[in-house]
Amino acid sequence: MILKRPFFWLILVISGLFVYLPLRGHDVPLREDLVLVAIAIILASNLNLMIGYTGYVNFGHIVFYGLGGYIGFYLTSERGWNLALAALAAGVAVSLFALLFGLGILRLRGAYFALATIGILEAVRAFVANFNPWGRSTGMYLSFEAYKVLGGAQRALWTDYYFIIFVMALSLILSLRIKISKFGLGLFAIRENEDAAAVLGVNTTVYKAVVYSVSAFLPAVAGVLMFYKNGMIDPFVAFEFMLSLEGIVMLMLGGQGSVTGAALGAGMYERLRSTLLTSPKLSDFHLVIAGGLLLIVVLFAPGGLIGWLYRLVPRSQKVIE
Amino acid sequence: MSGIFASMLDGLLIGSIYGLAAMGLSLIWGVMNVINLTHGAMIALGMFGTYLLYSALTTSPYLLLLPIIGGGLILGIVVYWIAIHWVIGRPMLMSLLSTFAINMMIIGTGTALWSTSPYNVNFSLPGLTIGEYTFTGNHIAAASAAVVIALALQLFLSKTRPGKAIRAVTDNREAAELMGISSTTVLALAFGMGIALAAASGALVSTLFPFTILSGAVYQLKSFVVTVLAGLGKPFGALVAGMLLGLLEGVVTPFIAVSWIPLIEFALFVVVLVAFPKGIFGKAAS
Amino acid sequence: MTALLEIRDVSKRFGGLLAVSHVSFSLNEGEILGLIGPNGAGKTTLFNVVNGIHKSDGGSITFNGHDITRISPYKVVQLGLARTHQIVQPLTNMSVLENVTVGACFGREQLGLHAAQAVAREVLEQVGLQDRADTLARFLTIAGKKRLEVARALAARPKLLLLDEVLAGLNPTEVAQMIELVRGIRNRGIGVLMIEHLMQAVMSLSDRIVVLNFGQKLAEGRPEEVANNPQVIEAYLGDSNIAEKLTERN
Repeated sequence: MILKRPFFWLILVISGLFVYLPLRGHDVPLREDLVLVAIAIILASNLNLMIGYTGYVNFGHIVFYGLGGYIGFYLTSERGWNLALAALAAGVAVSLFALLFGLGILRLRGAYFALATIGILEAVRAFVANFNPWGRSTGMYLSFEAYKVLGGAQRALWTDYYFIIFVMALSLILSLRIKISKFGLGLFAIRENEDAAAVLGVNTTVYKAVVYSVSAFLPAVAGVLMFYKNGMIDPFVAFEFMLSLEGIVMLMLGGQGSVTGAALGAGMYERLRSTLLTSPKLSDFHLVIAGGLLLIVVLFAPGGLIGWLYRLVPRSQKVIE
Repeated sequence: MSGIFASMLDGLLIGSIYGLAAMGLSLIWGVMNVINLTHGAMIALGMFGTYLLYSALTTSPYLLLLPIIGGGLILGIVVYWIAIHWVIGRPMLMSLLSTFAINMMIIGTGTALWSTSPYNVNFSLPGLTIGEYTFTGNHIAAASAAVVIALALQLFLSKTRPGKAIRAVTDNREAAELMGISSTTVLALAFGMGIALAAASGALVSTLFPFTILSGAVYQLKSFVVTVLAGLGKPFGALVAGMLLGLLEGVVTPFIAVSWIPLIEFALFVVVLVAFPKGIFGKAAS
Repeated sequence: MTALLEIRDVSKRFGGLLAVSHVSFSLNEGEILGLIGPNGAGKTTLFNVVNGIHKSDGGSITFNGHDITRISPYKVVQLGLARTHQIVQPLTNMSVLENVTVGACFGREQLGLHAAQAVAREVLEQVGLQDRADTLARFLTIAGKKRLEVARALAARPKLLLLDEVLAGLNPTEVAQMIELVRGIRNRGIGVLMIEHLMQAVMSLSDRIVVLNFGQKLAEGRPEEVANNPQVIEAYLGDSNIAEKLTERN
């Protein structure tokens, strides 16, 4: 029962803090900092379902975020849809897209699968850059009507923020729920030895397709909310390959396979990134430092922070999910 | 009709550079089952290396290929020892990430040094006119250089001892070691050669188009497409597949806006990956 | 009585090599059937065909009334036919208990997580691994890994168990323990089809034996019959007179 897990309550407490702290002082800069962390956590923890749980490295994960962003943007800005409904619709649409393509590319193993995910990301970006209704390579700007529905830009952005925190909490709870379920056990078996898992009775084709599809849903919703907040979208910011890779870096840093690892890695990396990008001297070196960090983790601590903790204190595995 | 024909031939020429670049990727992948994510950055370094040498020495960029290839070889061996050697036996994700880390560091440094404004190597060879078709001299020279390098690689692999050692290790690393071949030396050499090929293709591109430190990314993606089309372990197959890709681009460009080409290429890429796991021509790595 | 497993005219070709050639035999409920033959005779390939990893080129396989000729491996175990591998395939970074729980969750009874864990603990007691329940599978000895393979298969509550060289790599004590384990499995009403090279073990355990050579069935019958079959002796067991011949010369 998930309610018995202390970690579940920790998720609720942290989400509560994410809502309360900026709200208390009406602190917009803090909110903006936290929203980036929240988005990173959403992306990393859903990516973890594929990489950490199932052992399939998805290099094109950001395509779900971007595609969701575009669908949601189009529905709210051009069609006047309610934000929540648009987010839901985008999530469902992108999950179906993932299911469809997943059934094709999940036959591939290892690096071939990773490359195929890059192919899909690039193909979708190229398509969107040519797609008229979505503004082709210039993209779209949010019509101001879209904010008016939620009470004007200022209030809309706060509501949007709460929504994002809600999605963050959902992502973490979903990760936890899957981890302690039979479905999760099947995924871990696939990760450890896919052929043995099949012989043991796991319907690997269906399991992989389902987790791929599920891992697309919340990032798509997050995409809707984030681009709504930003007020604009174009193929380059929506389908940034670097963001996809940074998701993997976050998982490596924090420790792939654990819920805490994904969240911690996302949080730490996002803070590092923001600090570097806003410092006048260091912003050029953001990539160099991030690259160096990644190299050190890969060479010396491939289990990431949580992996290191698990080895140091084996009993921590029971509490820190 | 003549427009398409000219476009196709030109595409074939440019495609030979795609092939050269892909050879670098394919060699490393085939020999040590590592997908080199520094490939694009190394192509860009080849571009900048040529620019710097050309600015300093003003000799023909085609002569500069020699130091570029030499430099690439050395740089590749260094990178092998920093990032690749330690992750050879481990899951492929590790080498993907270690090479990507190096890539990030190169791109970061390059952006700091050279920003994102375009650079140029201002060197033009006179064009060649046959009947009603005119071909840019640089395109012909670049294609010729690519083919020459490819042939040299093929000869190296089939006739020289180190080359044969590389093929042995590609086939079966354990067996090669049992035969007394130091696989570490071979892997370092192969990686160095892969980087040298990438740098060489970058050098050739620098004579054709303006470039920035980010320009290598496009060629890296094309290299993936070409490698997957050709299958692994066949460097010459990569050259041919590259030319085919260039040809395809040449055929399509007169009819469709350039912006559709990436979509066609990537859709093709995914389809080939799923439908032909061994490449259209060749064998897949384990 | 109808057979539990019926293999009829099954063949398997890999390119130019005919690994299994028109093999037919059946296995009855509660029976231990030994499958022997030289290396490369096609025994493991036959297992792979039965279990759905390879598709047979012709012929049919019926298990417990179901036609399993063309079905996927995951469905085969759900019908009650479990197998172990010649080269052990543990789920490396999962614990012994988790490994066996997977077997119980996705096997014939399709149990939920908690019920499966209970079954897993029961099975671990049966094979003697209960003290290693929380050890990661990769830290087990080879004997432990072999017992884990068997435990995982048993957790699926099979009606038939395919054992592929489960005694290989074990020392005499471990072999004796494993033999007892296999007898215990049969005594609980589970049929066993076992590939083995250890002749003494196969002869003493099996109710009947099938001999394969070059992909074809060479002989079938009770252990004593097969052991004295001249073709079997020539192909696999060795010339029964050679010992005499050697001692004569000296």
